[in-house]
Amino acid sequence: MNRLIFLIIGMALVTYLPRLLPMLLFSSIELPSFWKRFLSFIPYTALSALLFPEILFSTESIESAIFGGSIAVILAYYNVKLFLVVSSAIGAVLLWELII
Amino acid sequence: MEFRKDFLSGLKKGSSIALGYLPIAITFGLIANSKGVPNQISILMSLLVFAGASQFIAINLLSLSTAYWQIVVTTFIVNLRHLLMTASIAQKIKNKVPKKWLPLLAFGITDETFSLISLSPKTSLSTAFILGVNIIAYTAWITGTAIGVYIGSSLPKIIQASMGIALYAMFIGLLLPSLKESRQVLIISALAIAISSLLYWGTSSLATISQGWQIIITTVLASTIGALIFTEEVSSNE
Repeated sequence: MNRLIFLIIGMALVTYLPRLLPMLLFSSIELPSFWKRFLSFIPYTALSALLFPEILFSTESIESAIFGGSIAVILAYYNVKLFLVVSSAIGAVLLWELII
Repeated sequence: MEFRKDFLSGLKKGSSIALGYLPIAITFGLIANSKGVPNQISILMSLLVFAGASQFIAINLLSLSTAYWQIVVTTFIVNLRHLLMTASIAQKIKNKVPKKWLPLLAFGITDETFSLISLSPKTSLSTAFILGVNIIAYTAWITGTAIGVYIGSSLPKIIQASMGIALYAMFIGLLLPSLKESRQVLIISALAIAISSLLYWGTSSLATISQGWQIIITTVLASTIGALIFTEEVSSNE
């Protein structure tokens, strides 16, 4: 238990520093346009990298994950609220696991 | 009363993330609980680390009795991507946010708050707005973790297993609307998925440590290619 606290402090530090340092550093300098474009793509590339292929292994079976993911894609395409996208995907996976 | 108005608008915008966080955090709490991690430790982790993906990985590694230093190194690698995100945000909020607020705002930057903040119109970005988004997301993350550790295990097993999709459904919900609006973004995102798949299936995967690198290599490579082939600014991002 006590030792676990050290683990968490370690994790907290290595998580906070990469959040903090660029914030301080890049808030005052003007970047060349290449680097601006590079940084502007980060939201999309990071989300894509986080998403795939990990989503396939997030449930009991690849099939149910694909089904849940597809439902999320359809709802997100129609700009449905984030909460509904998430809960419908959970519901879809549940349904798949129950029926199949 | 500009501060109050912006703060409320941040809370409101952030509430969609907060609602999405609940099932994810509950999942985290119940997995941690089922792997024998003390409840207070799981909650403390959510309070101090506040980084979803790496918390899931850490719990998984803990249950495999991985050495602490290896868990910390893995956490570092998985969360290095925030470096790119906070650098990106810092450029956007330059001259808009007083320096003394930056350490606090930096703590709240996650994949989701980052996406929401960077996809918001530049004019709406202010200290109070970002603070509002971060605070409501953070609160939901902690609340969900607490619910998960204390009552998650009483949920039926099949529901518990289905909740694993929550984190990824959130990523889809954040990403897809932008893919619709910009062809550049669509191409770069497809490229990122291709690179990530190649790294996953094309190499002999070396346990969990490679996941952090997979994310970083994919992000850097796809963004570099994007910056090289698209020479005008991303339109939907302004």
